[in-house]
Amino acid sequence: MKLKENISKYIFLTLAFSSISALALITVFIIINGVPIIAEVGIINFIFGMSWAPSHGEYGIFPMIIGSVTVTLGAAVLGVPIGVCCAIFLTEFAPPTLSKLFRPAIQLLAGIPSVVYGFWGLLFIVPFIRNFFGGPGLSILAGSVILAIMVLPTVISITEVSILALPKQYREGALALGMTHWQTIRSVILPSAKSGIVAAVILGIGRAIGETMAVIMVLGNAVAVPESILDPVRTLTTNIGIEMGYASGTHRQALFATGIVLFIIIMVLNATAQYITRKKK
Amino acid sequence: MSEHVKIKIEDLNIFFEKKQVVHGLTLDVRANEILSIFGPAGSGITTLLRSLNRLNELIPTSRIEGSILLDDKSIYDSDVSLTELRRKVGMVFDVPTPLPMSIFDNIAYGPRLKGEKNRKVLGEIVEKALQEAALWDEVKNRLKASALSLSGGQQQRLCIARVLALDPDVILLDRPCSGLDPISTSKIEDSLTQLKDRFTIILAPHNTQQAGRVSNRVAFMLMGELIEEGFSDDVFYNPKDHRTNDYITGRFG
Ligand SMILES: Nc1ncnc2c1ncn2[C@@H]1O[C@H](COP(=O)(O)OP(=O)(O)OP(=O)(O)O)[C@@H](O)[C@H]1O
Ligand SMILES: [Mg+2]
Repeated sequence: MKLKENISKYIFLTLAFSSISALALITVFIIINGVPIIAEVGIINFIFGMSWAPSHGEYGIFPMIIGSVTVTLGAAVLGVPIGVCCAIFLTEFAPPTLSKLFRPAIQLLAGIPSVVYGFWGLLFIVPFIRNFFGGPGLSILAGSVILAIMVLPTVISITEVSILALPKQYREGALALGMTHWQTIRSVILPSAKSGIVAAVILGIGRAIGETMAVIMVLGNAVAVPESILDPVRTLTTNIGIEMGYASGTHRQALFATGIVLFIIIMVLNATAQYITRKKK
Repeated sequence: MSEHVKIKIEDLNIFFEKKQVVHGLTLDVRANEILSIFGPAGSGITTLLRSLNRLNELIPTSRIEGSILLDDKSIYDSDVSLTELRRKVGMVFDVPTPLPMSIFDNIAYGPRLKGEKNRKVLGEIVEKALQEAALWDEVKNRLKASALSLSGGQQQRLCIARVLALDPDVILLDRPCSGLDPISTSKIEDSLTQLKDRFTIILAPHNTQQAGRVSNRVAFMLMGELIEEGFSDDVFYNPKDHRTNDYITGRFG
């Protein structure tokens, strides 16, 4: 009995250890490949440099940081309110039959390959924006719309879980006080589910900022600081995705360095989300 | 206690899916009395209390038959506003239900819902309610603190204060003293006997001793049926039904 327990313990330990070490190896690999070029160019020049011209040895990723930030912010502005409202609808208003239908549908949304989203965006969103708002259509707005749809499953399901996890006494206590359903949602349910919702939003943003394939087709990928949401941009991820195929030498290193920046942003976002959810308990 | 019948329950049946939990219960609650409803666990007392402010409706599987009149008007009439009914019939649950907001706001919420905006008036209401619930001295310096930071017993007294501040006609108290120490319990019991001048109180007591100490009348429930009701002394010293006698003398339950 004891032996059996010990054996399974070591098997699990090995498995856990190997997945962690895979992660560590990737991190180390990215850092080894990326750090030298940052050191060579200078961290300030790398991050705040306006010009990205690998053939001239110019490696400034500021336009792409702006690209990533704007596209992601746009996705958050569009996707978060819709996602949170969906979750409220599902937990508070939808008849059970409807939410039983809705939930798998949302999960399905999460299962669609991102390249399909990109393709769909290129065929429908981009022409729509070009016709109704002007500009090339390939734009921040197009990317934000696609990403907003893609983060919906994350935002909806985490928000839903955090609302459902509330003790039922909150609800009953509020209703017994003579609150209406809306008042209960506004002054009891939402405030107490707040940390879960914030975590949902941050994880959604993390997902959006790391997305590559879906946005590569609809952003236009121009390396320039955009002036409006109808301008094309390039994000950190698409920069790597586009150039990795043919890059070599310092150019390749600069792409790894782009990865480091992305990596740090996502780590910070996830750590924040974890910190917020943990603080709750 | 007056002769006026505040709540008239007639032939009440409550079901959860197919299971019947309250069986043909008929009971009058008189204005300004403290009525204790006691019985062994699972008798349906909580369910009965929750039907009086229509909270059972939140459970989709529940079904109710019979009539409940509050001041001669059915609480199930279509023109009855649920929120008004619940402000008239306040409830303290058998587990503390503080809302996730400050101590002050928990208690001021009810008065604010009723339209009271003046901060000074609200402050007075909150203080009075906390005094009556025997909690004021412990929290008077931290009214802005989250209600969730209180101990279980304090949270329970907060819920009692919250109901008092709502100024309802009827107060349903489901084991309000569970989780309270003997001192707070006796303070609450003292308050209750004074409060019945203003309210009609229906109490699911902690035990028969408590029922004896605070109530005018008592009712004994067993497996969803009302076995016996009457003045406390009559029921406790001269029970008509042998099942009541068995329960009181501790022979079962
Ligand atoms: N939501 C529900 N769904 C199904 N059955 C329920 C539900 N709530 C209560 N019951 C059942 O109804 C019966 C009465 O429960 P109730 O809570 O009213 O009893 P009680 O007298 O308050 O008991 P206790 O002394 O334990 O508080 C129990 O058999 C219980 O299992
Ligand atoms: Mg009970």
